[in-house]
Amino acid sequence: MKKLTIEMMLSAAVIALGALASNGAARAANDQVVIGDIDDMSAVYADVIGQGGVEAVKMAIDDFGGSALGKPITFISADHQNKPDIGASKYREWADQSGLTMLLGGSNTGVSLAMAKVAGEKKVPFFAVGAAGSSLTNKDCTPYTVHYSYDTTSLANGTASAMVQAGGKKWFFLTADYAFGTQLQEAATKVVEKSGGTVVGSVRVPLGTTDFSSFLLQAQGSGGDVVGLANAGTDFVNSLKSANEFGISATMKPAALLAFISDIHALGLNTAKGLYLTTGWYWDLNDTTRTFGKRYFAKTGKMPTMNQAGYYSATLTYLNAVKAAGTTESDKVMAELHKAKINDMFAKDGYIRDDGVMVHEMYVMQVKTPEESKAPWDYYKLVKTLPGEEAFGPLSDSTCPLVKK
Amino acid sequence: MRLSPSRIVELLLLAFALCVPFLGIYPVFVMKLLCFGIFAAAFNLLLGFSGLLSFGHAAYFGIAAYITAWFRVKTGLSTELAILAGVATSAFAGLVIGTLAIRRQGIYFAMITLALAQCMYFFCLEASFTGGENGIQGVPRGSILGLIGLQSDVTMYFFVLTVAVAVYASIKQIVHSPFGQVLRAIGENEPRAISLGYSVNRYKVLAFVLSASLAGLGGSLKALVLGLATLSDVHQSTSGEVILMTLLGGTGTFLGPFVGAGIVVTLQEYLSDRVGAWVTVVIGAVFVICVLAFRAGIVGEIAKRFGRGATAPSA
Amino acid sequence: MTTIFGYPLPVVLGQLVLGFVNGSFYALLSLGLAVIFGLLRVVNFAHGAFYMLGGFVAHLLLIWFGVNYWGALILAPLIVGALGVGVERALLRHLYTLDPLYGLLLTFGLAMMFEGFMQQQFGSSGITYPVPAALTGFYKLGFMVLPIYRAWVIVASLTVCFLVWILIEKTKLGATLRAATENASLTQAFGINVPVMVTLTYGAGVALAALAGVLAAPITQVSPHMGTSLVVVVFAVVVIGGMGSIFGSIISGLMLGFVEGLTKVVYPEASTTVIFVIMAIVLLIRPTGLFGRD
Repeated sequence: MKKLTIEMMLSAAVIALGALASNGAARAANDQVVIGDIDDMSAVYADVIGQGGVEAVKMAIDDFGGSALGKPITFISADHQNKPDIGASKYREWADQSGLTMLLGGSNTGVSLAMAKVAGEKKVPFFAVGAAGSSLTNKDCTPYTVHYSYDTTSLANGTASAMVQAGGKKWFFLTADYAFGTQLQEAATKVVEKSGGTVVGSVRVPLGTTDFSSFLLQAQGSGGDVVGLANAGTDFVNSLKSANEFGISATMKPAALLAFISDIHALGLNTAKGLYLTTGWYWDLNDTTRTFGKRYFAKTGKMPTMNQAGYYSATLTYLNAVKAAGTTESDKVMAELHKAKINDMFAKDGYIRDDGVMVHEMYVMQVKTPEESKAPWDYYKLVKTLPGEEAFGPLSDSTCPLVKK
Repeated sequence: MRLSPSRIVELLLLAFALCVPFLGIYPVFVMKLLCFGIFAAAFNLLLGFSGLLSFGHAAYFGIAAYITAWFRVKTGLSTELAILAGVATSAFAGLVIGTLAIRRQGIYFAMITLALAQCMYFFCLEASFTGGENGIQGVPRGSILGLIGLQSDVTMYFFVLTVAVAVYASIKQIVHSPFGQVLRAIGENEPRAISLGYSVNRYKVLAFVLSASLAGLGGSLKALVLGLATLSDVHQSTSGEVILMTLLGGTGTFLGPFVGAGIVVTLQEYLSDRVGAWVTVVIGAVFVICVLAFRAGIVGEIAKRFGRGATAPSA
Repeated sequence: MTTIFGYPLPVVLGQLVLGFVNGSFYALLSLGLAVIFGLLRVVNFAHGAFYMLGGFVAHLLLIWFGVNYWGALILAPLIVGALGVGVERALLRHLYTLDPLYGLLLTFGLAMMFEGFMQQQFGSSGITYPVPAALTGFYKLGFMVLPIYRAWVIVASLTVCFLVWILIEKTKLGATLRAATENASLTQAFGINVPVMVTLTYGAGVALAALAGVLAAPITQVSPHMGTSLVVVVFAVVVIGGMGSIFGSIISGLMLGFVEGLTKVVYPEASTTVIFVIMAIVLLIRPTGLFGRD
């Protein structure tokens, strides 16, 4: 016991010492731009952004000239493996050790929420691209968060309202059993009911389920006419596949609340044809989108997803703000970002609201049949364009404490 | 006072650990390492000193992390009490699962602990207080006894280091106590221990609860260090990692789990950026090599060569 | 509409049929696991990884060599079984004199290696394997639509399970196998080459897993993690059925498929966990398992 006591006392003394020492460590300011990218590089969302996102950021840095404020731009990236602890600690480490000035955080709401907490603490601007959870700009908002591409509100507003208008009144939800899925279902339920439809039932499916047959069976037994897929990535692909296998499509219309062009590419038009979905961007919208899509295609052999395009746009938007502010100091850059009008291949008159939402047009699309598709990657036809305010809802709905009411 | 070689090694390591924040080593990284070290040391109490392989130890690590995080975020309970609550919960979980699992031995024991840990994972996924897939974020570190604030990484580091040293010392104490001797006897030859009149099951459950509590302590600290508690803390792969850490460092040694934790955490942090998914292959290969070629682990092998001061013979 | 405890009859029946499909996968996998465990005393943690490899080999046979589903059904288990033989000869062999826990740890490491490697090569989002042309379409059962392919899975797995059972319980080869399980050195003394038998048994168990992988390929995406959590479930099935009973593992596999199906009606979120709860209950009441003799 005596040895133990000595060791304890020794360590207690050490704590006091440490407390004294810790006051001295402040990092010198630096005006070099360091852009970080923390994303799922290897797992379920790797095709949505992943290495393709890294390419997009590199393109943006090159297009900006490779340097900002007279110094070359540094770019670092890491894989968060869909684990919030890895994402957050990497972000913290870069902020503490690598002089990070801006972070792009890809796919996965859980990881992005963890990273948003770090953004608030370390005061390094954080661009969330691909995490749908709208709590990022509501109760979990920070002055340094920018939410790009889409959120659950805008996704639900698109698909759900278009489906109800097209006659799909009775909805049954197949919901991924985690925050993203439930938030998406809630948002979509609101829209369905507001547009005059009803929700006849829902089932929560464990994340990463490969066989959706029993859940689809329940959907079929519900008597609904739309099966709303409140899931993403592999879950989405698998659920649509099973829907086809069990002939669900004969009696019910599947509606995707979040689908990417990479998913459609993986499924093939035969399986996906007729599907309604909402997207923040599509390569074949106009000349600028086509030019960007083709440049990207030349580099990677794939058309960009809306989030890869979002990565490019977010990087340029940030770099322009740094240029306008003349510094990398976070508060000044954030002020510039909130002032800016974003006009590029991604957005038309987009702007960043006080709660962090980047407001821009959203598009309701329908997947083409194999006969309608004229060329590879020619997958969507435009059903409806939603103006930014309509898609993302009014600012007054935001529960973010930063919004002045 | 004569110092044994193992004591010298311990003091040197402690001296190094004390200097870490002043050497430009990133303290958060070392804290994470220490938390996993505590976790692995707790696991080793079972595998190394009682011969019980629990394949679901993440359950205790994770649930304590959640409980501590929840109390800090939702009720503002003081840091010490929040840690205590976490540890108490994992002790209770350990009691329930331990009582059930010791009904079988060996491989059955391992797989039952794994299956029940899966139930714990499901509970954490479903229970509303855990925040599901998002986990609990932004956990404030608070202060020690309301006196010393832990916001600064350096202060936090010394706090974690103190706890780690205390855990290390108390595991040594436990193993050398009469209780520890009985555990060892059970691990080596259970029927003999039974015939000697020991109520083996009670000893096993107690060891299980102790191990679960200390694993929980590691989890609680990790939640405070990184400011979050998430599903990956309770996931099966974390259970696998802690086995690897212990095996690699040396089962049945005192320093081994910390050494193993150091290597595995470093591999994950720094290798994953460079080689991507190969990191899983590398870790799997390390596993295979450990099992085939050096089952005594790093510290165990060193101890074999330089006498057995720092170690106890492995089970 | 007729209801059972407030649930519409067609939904309950439908879930039972689907549970039957899953149950036949469990039966096939737990059979292999049980045979390996019986003879080698190794919990083959890589069972799920071999199942996954079965799916991938089928996919690669198709895109590299144009071998169709029916070819893959024969070839993939052979190829993966050969890999299993290699694993047993090169690695597992060295562990038989040690605590069986080391076998568990080794195969756990192997599973990580296989899964990591496949993820590195193919990513983890999964690949679609087409349903063979002869088995597309569905039967209309009145209460549900049953894809022909799923019906085929039930028939195929049950046939294989039945054949393996006959082989083990009714033939001379099976008798020697059971003898070697009981007492290896005595069997050896009768002039039977036990090590070769051990190797082949491991290969065969692994081949059964691969076969299940090929059968599953058109239903689920072929992805590196398709088998990750399966081995825990399947082992739970074996524990519930009771070790030492081949028959028990088949029956409990099917039964648990049903139970899982019913859970999906009542409390879908728990469907992945219900098996473990049952396992805990069985262990409390009957530690040797439902069909086990200790």
